Amino acid sequence: MTESAVSRAQPTPTRTTRPSLLPLVLDGVSFTAGRQTLLNDVNLAFNAGALSVVLGPNGAGKTLLIKLCHGLLRPAAGSVNWSDPAAARRPDAQAMVFQRPVLLRRSVAGNILYALRVGRVKRAQRPARLQEALALAGLSAMAARPARVLSGGEQQRLALARAWALHPQVLFLDEPTANLDPAATRRVEEMVGSIRSTGTKIIMSTHDLGQARRLADEIVFLHQGSVVETGEAAAFFERPLTQTAAAFLDGRLLW
Amino acid sequence: MTDLSSAFSKAIKLLIDLEPALVEIVQLSLSVSLSAVLLASLIGMPLGAVLGLFRFPGRGVVVSILNALMGLPPVVAGLFIYLLLSRAGPLGEYGLLFTPAAMVIAQTLLVLPIVAALTRQTVVDLNDEYAEQLHSLRVGPFAMIATLLWEGRYSLLTAVLAGFGRAIAEVGAVIIVGGNINHVTRVMTTTIALETSKGDLDLALGLGMVLLLIVFTINGVALGAQHLARRGQA
Ligand SMILES: Nc1ncnc2c1ncn2[C@@H]1O[C@H](COP(=O)(O)OP(=O)(O)OP(=O)(O)O)[C@@H](O)[C@H]1O
Ligand SMILES: [Mg+2]
Repeated sequence: MTESAVSRAQPTPTRTTRPSLLPLVLDGVSFTAGRQTLLNDVNLAFNAGALSVVLGPNGAGKTLLIKLCHGLLRPAAGSVNWSDPAAARRPDAQAMVFQRPVLLRRSVAGNILYALRVGRVKRAQRPARLQEALALAGLSAMAARPARVLSGGEQQRLALARAWALHPQVLFLDEPTANLDPAATRRVEEMVGSIRSTGTKIIMSTHDLGQARRLADEIVFLHQGSVVETGEAAAFFERPLTQTAAAFLDGRLLW
Repeated sequence: MTDLSSAFSKAIKLLIDLEPALVEIVQLSLSVSLSAVLLASLIGMPLGAVLGLFRFPGRGVVVSILNALMGLPPVVAGLFIYLLLSRAGPLGEYGLLFTPAAMVIAQTLLVLPIVAALTRQTVVDLNDEYAEQLHSLRVGPFAMIATLLWEGRYSLLTAVLAGFGRAIAEVGAVIIVGGNINHVTRVMTTTIALETSKGDLDLALGLGMVLLLIVFTINGVALGAQHLARRGQA
């Protein structure tokens, strides 16, 4: 009897039953601010499975690209197309973690519960989802703490846990470790690894070559608002096809 | 000099004895001003949030009017409500003039701009911080208002306390629309004004001390709220 109660409390693996959003196809996407073209004619397809890393130096347009994919910005030209546009608007379709974590003035647990509530997760499922997300982030012991007094690394882990608590099919991470020290970076990367192993499609940006090598299955190399090169990660790092990418890998790229 | 010190000791005796005349006046003051603050908050917070979050024609005008009304002189507010509620006025048929209800309405008019304007500013600041995250979570417009009001709860508490401070301390509006009728519409400020002009200082002093205590308490609570807000407490 207790056993069945416990198994019902487990989060149900709904992934397989959901209509797939992927691939996500960007078709001639440009983004402008005033007269400046910040992203220029981006054509990309993100498929299920692989962890995609958008790589590029500061100011390349990584954040803009991620926000365009997530739907927070509208392209000036071109289109962002999900394979199932209606499904892409569901609360469990996609989530994003921002370069600087944005936490509510509530407890750690309160932040996750808020996302579950607005994400229309059923009330009965919320406690299990909460515990699971806290455990993933290693924040179970801090559940009652005000979120905004956490350290930078803890805040980023909470933001990641909050996004993942919705069990999104696609998770966008914008430079999740940009302001963290190596130890905090490693913990976030471990979290990213566990989330990926649940089958969640991850599209993340970074300017950190080491991180791209550690995590990426495929690379989108962005420079000055244009996609310079895309491809399978190992090949990209071994034999970059363009001089720009080779220069970036050697640390010789001046932007 | 002896007059003054005897008035003081009589005033303190009134307080210690919880003299019914004094208690009645304090109770009416508190209930009128608290009702006004409650009403002003119920209208002013959603109004301020809508003004802060949504663009619509005429918004700038409304915001300017609200900001200007923060400094509305109480006697002018009193005069305006008097004209509305007087026999010949548009709301004269309800017979509200010289009742506590009239005083609540007048003080609501005084507090509403404070609450609405401070709510608007709070919500605008928080929206800058949260808009993208909340859009990412697909939060709709009404939930967004509720979320931002809750996130700004400490600032909003400060706004409400500022409004209450203004209401409890004003004399111009309540004396015009209330009429300072004994046992009916006599509140702390109007009693102090009347008793002082009559030269009866003991009740005036006693009420003055209560008023001072209330104002100090409000400030203490406001400071506490700011302290909590700075610590980012949930
Ligand atoms: N709203 C805007 N108006 C004008 N310029 C903008 C705007 N948003 C971004 N930019 C510019 O577009 C360029 C790309 O910005 P973006 O934030 O995408 O870079 P990034 O690759 O994420 O860089 P970083 O690694 O520093 O985060 C930058 O030069 C930035 O200054
Ligand atoms: Mg960026």
